[in-house]
Amino acid sequence: MSTIGVLALQGAFAEHINKLNSLGVDAREVRMPADLEGLAGLIIPGGESTAIGKLIDRFNLREPIVSMAGSGKPLWGTCAGMILMGREVDADTRGPAQPLLGLMDLTTRRNAFGSQVDSFETELDMPVVSSERLPAVFIRAPVVSSVGDAVKILSQLPDGRIVAVQQGNLVATAFHPELTQVTDFHAWFVSLT
Amino acid sequence: MEKATFTAKSGLAQMLKGGVIMDVVTPEHARIAEAAGACAVMALERVPSDIRRDGGVARMSDPDLIEGIKKAVTIPVMAKARIGHFVEAQILQALGVDYIDESEVLTPADDNFHIYKHDFDVPFVCGARNLGEALRRIGEGAAMIRSKGEAGTGNIVEAVRHLREITGGIKKLQAMPKEELMSEARDMGAPYDLVLQVAETGRLPVVLFCAGGIATPADAALVMQLGAEGTFGGSGIFKSDDPASRGKAIVEATTHYRDANILADVSRGIGEPMKGLEMGSIPEAELLAVRGW
Repeated sequence: MSTIGVLALQGAFAEHINKLNSLGVDAREVRMPADLEGLAGLIIPGGESTAIGKLIDRFNLREPIVSMAGSGKPLWGTCAGMILMGREVDADTRGPAQPLLGLMDLTTRRNAFGSQVDSFETELDMPVVSSERLPAVFIRAPVVSSVGDAVKILSQLPDGRIVAVQQGNLVATAFHPELTQVTDFHAWFVSLT
Repeated sequence: MEKATFTAKSGLAQMLKGGVIMDVVTPEHARIAEAAGACAVMALERVPSDIRRDGGVARMSDPDLIEGIKKAVTIPVMAKARIGHFVEAQILQALGVDYIDESEVLTPADDNFHIYKHDFDVPFVCGARNLGEALRRIGEGAAMIRSKGEAGTGNIVEAVRHLREITGGIKKLQAMPKEELMSEARDMGAPYDLVLQVAETGRLPVVLFCAGGIATPADAALVMQLGAEGTFGGSGIFKSDDPASRGKAIVEATTHYRDANILADVSRGIGEPMKGLEMGSIPEAELLAVRGW
């Protein structure tokens, strides 16, 4: 049976593993390059993008993750993971010397809704995942501020801000399905493998 | 759209897991902490070892200091309010801090009651020495718990004791027959519904970090192996020889806490740790962890 990896350097990786396991899917924590071997897909979780980015480089994970993305296997970044998967961050919100993986042709805006008191829960439409509205938790969340032609927009807030995108085998969401009761997002991601 | 729900409050703590929250007293410290890979910073005027040395009343930090630190970094900024001082907490919320630590490191403002934290939009982290104390704080609205340890000592012994008290308390509840849980809740001084929840799930309903005495990468890995979900680095980082290197090493040790080869590697070449205090040398009146009701 195929195994999905969850990058476990910092952040909410255990929540993603629990969701995958609840679907009967094997999941593995990824801390070192060898942990990526044989995986069918990879989730880059929420956390602090500056902290995770530094640890990716410190423990030589950049090259194998980039090559995994190039091989066509699905990768999904949530929140900090979305920032890391993008090519650029709006300059006024980018951390000093903040490392990015640059896998997707998009620019993100960090903390786009303000500080923690502006974090929120809502429901949104994401037709590729479900015909029903789905719960989503936004925590000091980023948004996608601009996308290249190859990027498909999967979900927007009522004010038009882009919060879910796909570029071939690569998916990014600004919000946290792993903090809700539903497994629809994870089931959809597994279906891409 | 609903703001400041408990899911959003405790969710930020979930995003901090596996990371290190570092005490900083200047914007320059904050930038060093961010560069070292901290997942958040705690803005305060003096690190605990200096509070301990200086004595006097320790209060909420100057708003200008907190705003200066907020401007210096992109990671979450936390700040401390005195136990029971809900007006300091109102001010910190108005300043837009990301988390409030209702902390025994500051001089308590109320020697009977803690802040009613459900009233606030900003989430709170609180210290605890045992499971009963942790569940009382969660009952009042804390969205994150840290084991207290003894702040400003560079001595891990109290942190280990408090962490073991909490995780051991959880295991004890799990093993108890249901009919014993009400009396146990009474004896622990903890809300019954939370006792039931912990007995069933085998974990706190919120994230558990460890604070108070972490001075080396090995200390950080020790508390992670004992069940902490992340670490606080206080005096142990900025009172050491080389805060940038030691901070980075403690971040790496918190991630790779089970890998002894990496722990050996990151423990090299990071200068001298803070000197530290033996517990017996601290007069009882100066112990911080006993503050909390």
